[in-house]
Amino acid sequence: MKFSRLILANLLRKKIRLLLTIGSFAVALFLFAFLAVVRDAFSRGADIASADRLFVMNRTSIINPVPLSYADKIHRIPGVKMVTHDNWFGGIYQDERNFFPQFVIDPENQRQVFPELIVSDAEWQNFVKDRQGVIVGARTAERFGWKIGDRVPLKTTIWGSGNWEFNIDGIYHGKRPQDDETQFWMQWDYFQEHVPDALKGQVGWYVVRVDTPDDAVRVSKNIDAEFANSPYETKTETESAFAASWVKQFGNIRFLIVSIGMVVFFTLLLVTGNTMAISVRERTSELAVFKAIGFSDRKILFFVLAESLVIALAGGFVGLLLAVLAMPILANALNGMLPQLVLAPSVFALGFVTALAVGLASGLLPGLGAMRLQIVNALRRV
Amino acid sequence: MVRVDGTGGPNSLIRVRGLDKTYQRGGGEIRVLQGLNLDVDKGDFVAFMGPSGSGKTTLLNLLGGLDVPTRGTITVAGDEITHMSGNKLTEWRARHVGFVFQMYNLIPVLTAFQNVELPLLLTKLSKAQRRKHVETALGVVGLTDRMNHYPRQLSGGQEQRVAIARAIVADPTFLLCDEPTGDLDRQSADEIMALIEELVKEYGKTVLMVTHDPVVARRAGTTLHLDKGLLVESAEPQQVAAGGRHEI
Repeated sequence: MKFSRLILANLLRKKIRLLLTIGSFAVALFLFAFLAVVRDAFSRGADIASADRLFVMNRTSIINPVPLSYADKIHRIPGVKMVTHDNWFGGIYQDERNFFPQFVIDPENQRQVFPELIVSDAEWQNFVKDRQGVIVGARTAERFGWKIGDRVPLKTTIWGSGNWEFNIDGIYHGKRPQDDETQFWMQWDYFQEHVPDALKGQVGWYVVRVDTPDDAVRVSKNIDAEFANSPYETKTETESAFAASWVKQFGNIRFLIVSIGMVVFFTLLLVTGNTMAISVRERTSELAVFKAIGFSDRKILFFVLAESLVIALAGGFVGLLLAVLAMPILANALNGMLPQLVLAPSVFALGFVTALAVGLASGLLPGLGAMRLQIVNALRRV
Repeated sequence: MVRVDGTGGPNSLIRVRGLDKTYQRGGGEIRVLQGLNLDVDKGDFVAFMGPSGSGKTTLLNLLGGLDVPTRGTITVAGDEITHMSGNKLTEWRARHVGFVFQMYNLIPVLTAFQNVELPLLLTKLSKAQRRKHVETALGVVGLTDRMNHYPRQLSGGQEQRVAIARAIVADPTFLLCDEPTGDLDRQSADEIMALIEELVKEYGKTVLMVTHDPVVARRAGTTLHLDKGLLVESAEPQQVAAGGRHEI
């Protein structure tokens, strides 16, 4: 393009200012990517939730148990295809900071209810035969350097006291990149042997697979109706609603992140807008010369917008690149408190589009000012 | 031939009739030009003189389509520019007018070559054709060996030569020079004037120039004084000797 050299020359006229402006974009885009990834991690459960899975928990609170005897009753409700149950274990591996989610599972139906979490048949059979066996998510295994055959102690904080010993019999992988590979699954029977008598026969929640997602609402109502007026009334909701309510316990994460993001971009808009305005003001007489020798108002606007867009794109690229490079460090710093941090292509696309929009907006007012410049007045200022 | 009495024929290159320009200042009106007439033929070299505020630059701006008159008409090579829309006027300027400013007004971040190339970026010429034209223009002003220098690496006289090369590179119908020697020492001013004379004599360019300097004005074929908003012909005009002419 014949104007590219001209645009580049104008961009490079104040190199430090250019670097600082690109830096502002880079920092903003880095922060944007980070916030988007955290938001995504928080809402991942709801996003990847299966439409045909329901969660049944105690109506009072998820920390209140429901009886194991409900399993058969739930299974008999029309529309229910499969039932499994989970308990939160909440043990500590070496140090409290080494957090990862640990679940007591029902080996009989786990794989049928969560078919997206893959374990090889051989590893699964070893797990089923081994009462102290566990299946570990690939990310957690990698985090602690665990391999099959390792023996892992967890200190319980909820279910009595002391260390529980486990054998790693298998490692599961998610079918999709966004699937949670941080979980630690232990055997229901082993759990039952060790919990205090008062807590035996109680599960944390049921996970139900229905025949068809269209039937989910009806089945939910029927399950809750089945246990109405019992000592353990239930609350049944879809997996996505369950995941969303789980996230809500942390507060309105989405609102918080969107608010911070908007403030960041608004500040960026002011910074870059001011920079572009100064840049244009400094060149008033030059712009007048361009117009005098025949460059149209549209071309003048195009030059200003092109400059701000190049800055936005360069800053956006640097910011997103830094985000990619920093993601493993951030994930490490979070100590597995969140599911895997994934910088999705949609975040890249949204980041670039937002950068372009801010670039356009910041160049628009100075560009329009340059476009409307009266040549005679501008030349008089020389 | 230059006329200021409105008796020029229809074949004049530049034909100005009844030109008025009024400015609003502090609630009052200042009438800078008052029914001015002017006819300039192709190849004329005209100098405009007059005290500060007499309207010399205003007249030049109007002739170059940088400003619009309050009343009157300006016709250049058959095009009446006073009623052209902004976009048309911009296109017209690109095709017909070469500007030379007192402060050179080169773009500091572009080399001499790139500065001269600017008007050609608005044409459909290829890169190679643009290069050829720029080299020719820089050759005319004697700065081929400085084409890769930035304005800050050139003397004032050299900068003004680059500005002249930029003004002539697209072969405009006429040149408008606003105090082209106003910021130069006498020697550089002489060189610039010699160059402008060469453009008129050798290449048949039409030049309209504003100057405060009588020495500079004497080098023009015709000197006109702006007095009370009207043009008055100087008592002792110096004719530029007609010579062989070349097309750039």
